[in-house]
Amino acid sequence: MNKPLLEIKGLRKWYGAVEVLKGVDCTMAQGEVISIIGSSGSGKTTMLRCINMLEEFQDGQILLDGEAIGYEEHPSGRRRKSEKEVARQRALTGMAFQQFNLFPHMSAAQNVMLGLVKVKKMGRDEARTLAEQWLGRVGLAARADHYPGQLSGGQQQRVAIARAIAMNPKLMLFDEVTSALDPELVGEVLQVIKGLAAEGMSMLLVTHEMRFAYEVSSRVIFMNKGVIGEEGDPKEMFVRPRTERLAEFLKTSSFQ
Amino acid sequence: MDPNFLNDLALFANEIWIARYALLKGLGVTLSISALAILAGSVLGIGVALGLVYGPRVLRAVIRVYVDIVRGTPVLVLVLASYYIFSTVGLDLGPFQAGVLALAVFCSSHIGEIVRGALQAIPPGQAEAAKAIGLTFGQTFSSVLWPQALRQILPTWVNTAAEMVKASTLLSVIGVAELLLRTQEIISRNFLSLQFYFLAGFLYFLINFGIERLGKYVERKTAVPS
Amino acid sequence: MGYTLNFSAVWRSFDLLLGGLLLSLELAAAALAIGAVIGLAVAFALAGGPTPLRRAAGAYVTLIRNLPILVLILFTYFALPQLGVRIDKIQSFVLTLAIYSGAYLAEVFRAGLLSVPRGVKEAGLAIGLTPMQIRTSLILPLMLRNVLPSLSSTLISLFKDTSLAAAIAVPELTFEARKINVESFRVIEVWMVTSALYVATCAVLAALMRALERRLAIPK
Repeated sequence: MNKPLLEIKGLRKWYGAVEVLKGVDCTMAQGEVISIIGSSGSGKTTMLRCINMLEEFQDGQILLDGEAIGYEEHPSGRRRKSEKEVARQRALTGMAFQQFNLFPHMSAAQNVMLGLVKVKKMGRDEARTLAEQWLGRVGLAARADHYPGQLSGGQQQRVAIARAIAMNPKLMLFDEVTSALDPELVGEVLQVIKGLAAEGMSMLLVTHEMRFAYEVSSRVIFMNKGVIGEEGDPKEMFVRPRTERLAEFLKTSSFQ
Repeated sequence: MDPNFLNDLALFANEIWIARYALLKGLGVTLSISALAILAGSVLGIGVALGLVYGPRVLRAVIRVYVDIVRGTPVLVLVLASYYIFSTVGLDLGPFQAGVLALAVFCSSHIGEIVRGALQAIPPGQAEAAKAIGLTFGQTFSSVLWPQALRQILPTWVNTAAEMVKASTLLSVIGVAELLLRTQEIISRNFLSLQFYFLAGFLYFLINFGIERLGKYVERKTAVPS
Repeated sequence: MGYTLNFSAVWRSFDLLLGGLLLSLELAAAALAIGAVIGLAVAFALAGGPTPLRRAAGAYVTLIRNLPILVLILFTYFALPQLGVRIDKIQSFVLTLAIYSGAYLAEVFRAGLLSVPRGVKEAGLAIGLTPMQIRTSLILPLMLRNVLPSLSSTLISLFKDTSLAAAIAVPELTFEARKINVESFRVIEVWMVTSALYVATCAVLAALMRALERRLAIPK
């Protein structure tokens, strides 16, 4: 059997006394596109953010390509890896955020170049060429020297995706990337993601777009109260939910 | 404990005891300067603000120049200028009055800007509503605009008082026997500069920290319930 | 009152005043350079340092804000030699003004740090930047743009505070003005010109800061 790309074992996280992830287990193969759905507060975004250590977690293990993320076991117990090591591991994944989080003082091209230059230690010219290439791929070649404040929400999100992809990550994480967009701008962003999926990019998407999850994902994970409530093929799950919770969730969501 | 240190401490305590009246008098003068400066400065400053907000164009321009000059000039220069100029033109004010006047002028430019900001922050609808129910401008100002502005001003006003306490030290330069000058006189007798500057700093800190606390209290109290 | 304005004595000594102004500017620049480093370090401690460091930074700011700067200047100049520290009066003054302005700059910078959106920092983390790279490439440039207006007024205050060096006989503008005042008796003229020099310099500083603000403005 192929080694999985991502392996999550017994992931648990508390915010103070509140347990938000109560033991999540899941594996993901190379090239899979998995949508994570669930109501707000179900822990889906938190789980995603644990994978690149934007959230600390207290128990369990996340293995990316066999490498333990964020923590290492010591005879004396579990220890957080050094800031430098965590930074290196974060660069193995790419992330796109709900609020885009572009660097406002940098042009679109500079946004893409920053990680290439500072993390990948690429020369500026090479980084610029690559940045232009990726901006072209998301349809923004003409906007390379525009600043985030000069771009629409949909364009900003596409720059943000280019910024993440340009780092050549093993896995892309999308955190509700269309939730902050005006409805007419959602399509252009989803189109970019679909294109990436078609090229075999491994992706984890937290999303509210049920139609999109249905069309693009090879598998869907339904999160409910800090655990995985149900998972499977969307063609199967969305039509015949096995649990009452999912049936209810699908009824209240916009699918069909 | 180091016996030398205890010795020094006893010596310091003894010197404080010898200088107690000088220190207390200096403290009294410091507080008088500050109180007079903030009072006169506030009256003047409210006038400045009223002129800036409601005055005719010419008056506004004149006051604007006054405020800009005062704000662009170091307080020490105001103090020295006031001290030397008044005696030159034959108005013998004496260092205390000349100094207080300079601080009041300095204070007025601060207060003027604060009050102006507060008055201009009141939505114009307030004055219109008051006019609509038939209030005169005087009535509108005293019962609608001023109470709203005052809430905004009070915390900053208290902090301005602390600024005045700090600025009062500048009067030592023109020979007003406030706390800092008294301290310098004491040091010239006993040469304990480290100890006595420390003591002066401690006293100023206490006064200002107290005022700062008062400012925070006033801020809580004046917050409009919502 | 019979006083007629006569500026000739002041013009004859104008070089002295200009020399004083130049020294004032140098004092301010030196104090700003050191004070900005102190302020920045303290601001980072205040905005997210470990608790003991945050407390110490907070104590420093509270202490300095409640002390008259003249007391600090005299303390450094007259009391430090008692501890065996020997520095000349210009060094002593610059050091004091730097420590003093550091506390005010710390508050300015802290407000600036808090104004940088958290998402920017997270995006930096997500592409693999180290915390130090995030500080230098993202937080500092954004924070600096946000604080420029309040930095401008702190800078002007700092420049005006250089007048206090006159109290320890540093020959800056106020000291020279007082000297000319005593020697020439053209009292009103001296202080008018001195005040005008200060006001004009403040106006120039403010204009320069506004120009910098425009230059660094992010295109929208």
